[in-house]
Amino acid sequence: MSYKLRVEALQAWYGQHQVLKGISMPIRANTITAVIGPSGCGKSTFIRCLNRMHEVVPGTRVAGRVWLDGRNIYNGINAVEVRRRVGMVFQTPNIFPAMSIFQNVVAGLYLNGIRGRRQLQERAENCLQQAGLWEEVRDRLHDTAAGLSSGQLQRLCIARALAVEPEILLMDEPCSALDPIASIRIEELMRELKASYTIILVTHNMQQAARVSDYTAYLCDGELVEYESTPEVFIRPKDSRTENYITGRGADTRPL
Amino acid sequence: MICAIGLLGLVLLMVILIWQAAGPSIKAFGFSFFFTREWDPVHGRFGALPYIYGTLVSTLLALLLAGPVSLGAAVYVAEFAPRKIKNILGFMIDLLAAVPGIIFGLWGNFVLSPWLAGSLEPRLEHYFGFLPLFRGPATGVGMLAAGIILAIMISPLITAVSREVLEIVPASQREAMIALGATPWEVVRRAVLPYARTGIVGAFTLGLGRAIGETMALTMVIGNRPQISASLFAPAYTMTSVIVNEFTEAVEPLHLAALIHIALVLFLVTLLVNTVARLMIYLMNRRVKKWTV
Repeated sequence: MSYKLRVEALQAWYGQHQVLKGISMPIRANTITAVIGPSGCGKSTFIRCLNRMHEVVPGTRVAGRVWLDGRNIYNGINAVEVRRRVGMVFQTPNIFPAMSIFQNVVAGLYLNGIRGRRQLQERAENCLQQAGLWEEVRDRLHDTAAGLSSGQLQRLCIARALAVEPEILLMDEPCSALDPIASIRIEELMRELKASYTIILVTHNMQQAARVSDYTAYLCDGELVEYESTPEVFIRPKDSRTENYITGRGADTRPL
Repeated sequence: MICAIGLLGLVLLMVILIWQAAGPSIKAFGFSFFFTREWDPVHGRFGALPYIYGTLVSTLLALLLAGPVSLGAAVYVAEFAPRKIKNILGFMIDLLAAVPGIIFGLWGNFVLSPWLAGSLEPRLEHYFGFLPLFRGPATGVGMLAAGIILAIMISPLITAVSREVLEIVPASQREAMIALGATPWEVVRRAVLPYARTGIVGAFTLGLGRAIGETMALTMVIGNRPQISASLFAPAYTMTSVIVNEFTEAVEPLHLAALIHIALVLFLVTLLVNTVARLMIYLMNRRVKKWTV
């Protein structure tokens, strides 16, 4: 299996505070990679570096290389192009409230200058179907998303991210605001999407990581402690810190 | 609760008192007061139409001039300006919003009007004279001067409030758009402005309120002639200006009542304009219900 993304010596700062202290990990195409670790360990910052969202916050800095299909996204590629190829789903469903369901899905296409009504409609239907939302919203595409449940909203966010046809999907704790049933629904969706996309999932939920991911990375205090296939990490963790964390015996973190 | 009711009662009491004081005029002219163009204290004939026209048109002109500029300034300060410039500009805009109207009036009278008469109005007539709006003697005192002064006065207010509104748009909204591959300008246009539009309409409503109520600055530049002219160069008169100009010399009871009648109309117009603005906000929100993001 080929590597879709290779992260090399990635470092990131918020002001003077170094959040990532040199992370290197290759990520295979069409897999789900879970990134786990205690709060404040840099999980979110890590995936935000993979589509250059980290630098959006003033006072931040990134060093290192991230190779996307052999091209360093921090050198010679426009950040806007990177974000079109690496989609992102956030912790809370951040739907655009001034837009209809349909407009939300095609918002990214609209940015790309695609305006043809039929084309937009086809893509919207296709993406909503991929996100498993089509049957639920097909009759109210042009209503606002206000009536949807938070699980549905999060799937709408996934559909919106898929619409620009990214190659990689970053998911930053996509289920943390959802109830267990809606979470399971999203997990099923991730497994389906794996066939066409490479997914990197940040999660606090160890069961979720164990259920859906192929590979698991354990981050602690800005360092990559362990990165192996998921069964390996959960059954035979090599590092005692990983073992302590996944068994709930407390993480070895210095105070923040 | 009691305070709120008390406040409402106070406003009601005010309306009732104004109504009573305007009694003779209401009795004499009734509804025709709204549609009569004549204002003749000597013969005791009074109509409010030129004043209503003056207030509405000068306000509209001010909004047209100030709206785009203010919104542009607010977007720049809130979204694009580096932090240092942002602080300085923000402070200056807030300061400008607090300058008393009379100072703008003086400036308008001694700086703006001569410039309009000598420079802008002849040019406007030269290039756009085919429109009735830009025809007539360039005196520098009139509707155009009033609109510009009002625009200058309300734009700091609109800018300051719009900026606050833009700044409370949640980061998650911006990030959602950025993550789809939006450029900074697209983030503003497609995520920030649509999210903030209710608040921006609110900011414009505040500006509108100040424009309608503004008195001194206008009185000094509008020319104070009760007429309805298609030309923006022509002098006009507003409701507030006529009240302040004639109040001290209104010796005839009917004259005084007519002035108070105008105050009542001003009250109604303000109420109406604010209601329309509220309605707009309501209609916008009904289409898009809010939820936490």
